[in-house]
Amino acid sequence: MGLTTLIIGCMFTPFLTSSHAARRRLLLALATLSAWPAVAANGDAAVVRIGLTPVFLDDQVSFLGKWHAWLEQKLGHSVVFVQRANYREIIDLLLSGKIDFAWLCGFPYVRHRHEFRLVAVPLWRGQPLYQSYLIVPADDQRTKSIGDLRGKVFAYSDPDSNSGYLYPQYVLTMLGEKPSTFFSRTFFTWAHRKVVEAVGVGLADGGAVDGYVWETLAEVRPELTAATRIIDRSPLLGYPPFVARWDIQPKQLEQFSEVLLGMADDPQGRELLGRLRLDGFTIGQSALFDGIAQMAERVSRK
Amino acid sequence: MIFRRDLSLRWKIPLRVMAAVLGTAVTVTAALVVWEYDEMRQNLEGHAKSLGRVLANTLVTPVLHDDVWRAYEILQSARETYPAAPELQAEVVLITDADYKVFVSTKPREFPVGSSPATRGGAYAQLRTGMLSGDAMAQQVLEPADSPVYFVMSPLVADGVALGHVILGYSKVSFVPRFIGLVKRAALVTLLVLLIIAPISWVWASRTGEPLLRLADAMRRVPGELEESRLTDLPKSRDEIGQLAAAYQRMVGELKNKQELERQMVVSERLAAVGRLTAGIAHEINNPLGGMLTAINTYQRHGSCNDPLAISTMSLLERGLTQIRHTVGALLVESKAKDRPFATEDVDDLLILVEAEAHGRGIGVVVESNLEGTVPLPATLMRQITLNLLLNAASAAEKGGVVRLFVESSGNRLHLAVTNDGDYIPQERMDTLFEPFASTSDQGHGLGLWIVYQIVQQLGGEIEVESLPGYTTFKVEIPYGNTI
Repeated sequence: MGLTTLIIGCMFTPFLTSSHAARRRLLLALATLSAWPAVAANGDAAVVRIGLTPVFLDDQVSFLGKWHAWLEQKLGHSVVFVQRANYREIIDLLLSGKIDFAWLCGFPYVRHRHEFRLVAVPLWRGQPLYQSYLIVPADDQRTKSIGDLRGKVFAYSDPDSNSGYLYPQYVLTMLGEKPSTFFSRTFFTWAHRKVVEAVGVGLADGGAVDGYVWETLAEVRPELTAATRIIDRSPLLGYPPFVARWDIQPKQLEQFSEVLLGMADDPQGRELLGRLRLDGFTIGQSALFDGIAQMAERVSRK
Repeated sequence: MIFRRDLSLRWKIPLRVMAAVLGTAVTVTAALVVWEYDEMRQNLEGHAKSLGRVLANTLVTPVLHDDVWRAYEILQSARETYPAAPELQAEVVLITDADYKVFVSTKPREFPVGSSPATRGGAYAQLRTGMLSGDAMAQQVLEPADSPVYFVMSPLVADGVALGHVILGYSKVSFVPRFIGLVKRAALVTLLVLLIIAPISWVWASRTGEPLLRLADAMRRVPGELEESRLTDLPKSRDEIGQLAAAYQRMVGELKNKQELERQMVVSERLAAVGRLTAGIAHEINNPLGGMLTAINTYQRHGSCNDPLAISTMSLLERGLTQIRHTVGALLVESKAKDRPFATEDVDDLLILVEAEAHGRGIGVVVESNLEGTVPLPATLMRQITLNLLLNAASAAEKGGVVRLFVESSGNRLHLAVTNDGDYIPQERMDTLFEPFASTSDQGHGLGLWIVYQIVQQLGGEIEVESLPGYTTFKVEIPYGNTI
């Protein structure tokens, strides 16, 4: 996968009982051990582990390298970035305490509101808010809303994504449709940017994508977004936040939070934020994600 | 057709060789192109098959997991372009499920997910039939007629179960430019080779024909210009043309000898006829002439001839008749029954006689003789022919020139040769040279060479004249031993 999207995940473990979840966490932890031996015991304060899911970045490696150096300098600790192919793996690593922080979507956050701690919420266009876009190929001029896509092929980004999965499910539910049978076929691209590509080439007749990703892509890769047309924008929803594992030490949480909040006031930090097209960070309240929680509740109730 | 048959070898051989060279070049090029085309097709097919196998293996998991996007990404990476070989790039790649529905394709708009390619009809409908008729677990190459695309189908097999197919569609048309390029390259190489070989072949072919042309040219001169034809520079080699040329030279030589013999025969027959005629006339004249002279003699001696008129008339008649007898006697050469043999002294006498004549005109006389003692040939006759020839030569030689006499006796034959420099005898005079009164010269009675000829004939010898600008030679050859 050459080009990746900056992770803006919404994590969410929907239908697991706590015991199931615990066992699953253990299994996953074992499974990831060999692949990632750096994951050691909790509380190793010398190393800060930050989970990133499929991330949107035009030049991911150079950006991550700079950001990594900047974070190490500010935190005074070694920093390890942990990247996985989908949100679920990062969620599980965080739940099992194998990583300290993660940049996640509002959807998994509201599912695990009591297992994660909110660290900071990025500001996009001055607000800790963003939208989900429903898009269709640019040459499809007839489709006015998602309701017109009955029996078509639809592309989701990740089953744990708010903008790329929960929102279209919610809309269909509100229309009185059954999301699982409304489309003839659905698939996941595991990254927002690839939803844009899949819809652009006509592989899917419609797709759900993070509005922030779409807008940023429109700046850096305008030919990708030009092949798509937005048919629906969601209400403003809580921007994907940084969260910490539940048992994080308060001092560590505070330090990381301060670093993020101070990023916009630091010249280098501002430059890094500029690369991400973000304005800064805010403390953020859990209530910011109530809108997502309501949608999730509405969808799962059905 | 007639034109082609009548064309000169000068052109025919080179043209045929060129045609052979050209034909070979074109055939070899065509064979190479066909071979290359076949190779190209096999390469393409091999490439497509291995790509199909790799794709089929790689795509099993995405298909099992229903991961459309992953499958699409794999197809995209497999469709990378090869700038050097554009025909290796698949026009379209389809992944179909067990029901021949599109799982994913590289052209989602033409082959939407979940649709059946068969609905497009044409080649894609035939694919379905091909799929059902063939071995479901084997790769197949399908080339539907009237389709611009041909297909390589590889089954997607998981645990012995066919999940569907990977169908690679290749454009037949994209193959064409490369093929044209191939033909162009081959044609260019052929042309270059021809540029080198053609002139060489032309020269070789021309050389092969050239001796034949010369031979033909020499033959065309026969029989008119026999001598020129004989002297033509013909190929001297041991091959068939050389043998032909040698045989031709022999033939022309013999032809020339025959012509020469015929000419000589005509001359000697005419001379013989003239000889018989003169001998006959001379005899007929001699008989009454003898009587008349005797009568005049008798009358002068015994007649009462006091009449001065009668005396002068008788004297006039006697002189006239005596002159006739001399002339007739000269025409009628007869060997005397008794004569002494020809000796060295005779040669010396002749030299003295001629020198007196030659000296006045400043002409030198050279004698070469190996004669010793005597030769059994009648001296009078021999002296006469030698003297005649020497006097002729002295008068023909230019002022201050030289006359040579060559005398040799060997093998019972006497050879005489008299040579003088100066004017030569023109060809038209040669044939009548020995005939009586043929001479156009003012001096002499024109009987000198006739007498020589008669004597040589009587002695059973041969006379031959060779006259070229600058010198003239008379050769006489007389056998001896059976005369005297």
